[in-house]
Amino acid sequence: MTASTTAQDRPASARPRPRGRLSDTAGPLEKAFKAIVLTVACALVIIPFLGIVSTSVAPADQVTNAGGFVLLPREIDLTAYRSILSGGVVSRALLISILVTGVGTALSLVLTAMLAWALSRRGTVGNRAMLLLVLVSLLFSPGMIPTYLVVRQLGLIDSLWALIIPTAVSAFNVIVVRAFFANLPEELIDAARIDGATEWQIFRRIALPLSRAVLAVVGLFYGVGYWNAFFNALLYINDAAKWPLQMVLRTYVVNGTEMGASEMGTVVEHAPQQTTTQMAILVISIIPIVIVYPFLQRHFAKGVLTGAVKG
Amino acid sequence: MAVIEDTAPETRRASAPPGSRRQAPLLVRILRDRTVLLFALPGMLVLIAFQYYPLLGNVIAFQDFQPYLGIDESLWSGFRNFSILISNDPAFLNALTNTLILTLIQAVLVFPLPIVLALILNSLMSNRMRQIVQSILYLPHFLSWVIVVAVFQQMLGGSGLVNSFLRSHGMATLDIIGNADLFRALLTSQVIWKDTGWATILFLAVLAGIDKALYEAASVDGASRFRQMLHVTLPGMRPIIILLFILQLGSSLTVGFEQIILQQAAVGVDASEVLDTYVYNEGIAGGQWGTAAAVGLAKSVVGLILVLTANKIAHAFGEQGVYKA
Repeated sequence: MTASTTAQDRPASARPRPRGRLSDTAGPLEKAFKAIVLTVACALVIIPFLGIVSTSVAPADQVTNAGGFVLLPREIDLTAYRSILSGGVVSRALLISILVTGVGTALSLVLTAMLAWALSRRGTVGNRAMLLLVLVSLLFSPGMIPTYLVVRQLGLIDSLWALIIPTAVSAFNVIVVRAFFANLPEELIDAARIDGATEWQIFRRIALPLSRAVLAVVGLFYGVGYWNAFFNALLYINDAAKWPLQMVLRTYVVNGTEMGASEMGTVVEHAPQQTTTQMAILVISIIPIVIVYPFLQRHFAKGVLTGAVKG
Repeated sequence: MAVIEDTAPETRRASAPPGSRRQAPLLVRILRDRTVLLFALPGMLVLIAFQYYPLLGNVIAFQDFQPYLGIDESLWSGFRNFSILISNDPAFLNALTNTLILTLIQAVLVFPLPIVLALILNSLMSNRMRQIVQSILYLPHFLSWVIVVAVFQQMLGGSGLVNSFLRSHGMATLDIIGNADLFRALLTSQVIWKDTGWATILFLAVLAGIDKALYEAASVDGASRFRQMLHVTLPGMRPIIILLFILQLGSSLTVGFEQIILQQAAVGVDASEVLDTYVYNEGIAGGQWGTAAAVGLAKSVVGLILVLTANKIAHAFGEQGVYKA
């Protein structure tokens, strides 16, 4: 393990390390084992994506000849994308998902930042009690049926707000942001207060700008959550015209319901293969995740790991 | 991910002794802090409305609940709904058994995998290589269950990638998707595919924090790589392993709800029903609100007891639990 640990903080030459001892470096067997495990693991992730993207853009006859699946398309044929994006079920669901994700993320960020700010102001009235309420809510879930009844009682069934409001505040994210706010230099805030800044100005002008990184992470997590949410829609949205993308994905890809001409757009010369269409829907639902993925990954270690998970 | 360590307040409160502020009457303090309270209000309202207020709705577990009558008008039935828990009801027992089997599989087969993967990743010499592998393996975590299930169908289904490859090479095809006998294996492999990579994050963070001097000392003392792992690496990882195991124990009764509900139609209820899907199918889909709420409530209570117990046990072993009691 010495070899591995020095890899953590290169240059290794900075620190003398016992050399030439068999027990200190990985043997060929161990190296081969690692290489095989990692290659197989990566292939298991890459190949499905490759297959899905390729099939979604492969020409119809190649898909038929290959028995339904293509790993490398002969040429790029975007019929499937044009047919589902030029109107119909998928286009509408895509717009709904974008709307819900956009509005939801914005609302969640505002509520979370404000609540986190209030919780980070120690010594104010009710601070301990509110913090306790937030923390305790992490330990249990109120149950599917009671939650459903509340959403119904609020008249949110078949409203897109049902996809946003119930999950608008994540206690975990509140804790993360609060930890960040609490570690802002107290002197800075005191100085602003002496200069006559109001609570709102301190929040708006000092706390928020200094916390951009953590807010970006939390926002991305909310966004991914809203984009991926499927079960809320299954529970609360009975009207198929208001389905987000994940519900459409379930109906036409997981359950394999055939998509009729009326459910597609108008710009279609010939109906694309069912598999090709399914793959295109899958790709469309994966793309936003892949786009934000580099940010998610880069900020995760900095933002969340250090903010909340200490010890 | 609910590993909360609230270190900040302890260190800060020293500068502002609580006694001096508590003197003012409540109303004065509310007036003084009104801006802060307004900041908290919208978020707290959402939290209370969807996390605490629904708890009251659990009273329908003690009712013969009819949606059109509502909670006020429905008749009370005492503990009758709970009799399903002890009456050897085959559907409920099936759901309970499936849940426990899946939990066991995940604790035994799935839980150790990220630890092994983290050890391998941590031992890679090249940082660049490690980052590339991490980028690839973390990605599935961010996909929804709908996408994961769809991907598996497209890979392993009747006309999927694997079978069309086998068919075109004249080999027998595999019947995996929709096969009730293999459903548990399918669920498990989906969980592994989606989350093993991501789950290494915490372990890697801990591995990076182990004091390098310990390895050097062990190495000077003649410990082999294997002995070093046994006596330095694993003891260093023990707290986080125990912590995550506790969290998993606490959610023993919750297994892959979305994942299963998506695939239930293909394999039937016998092979796939777990407690959460039972509550959904019985209550929201089936109209047996009282029974479903009773099962849900029992599940929540047992789940909470499991978390608290596991935490106590961890403390008994001298480890830091999820929270400090």
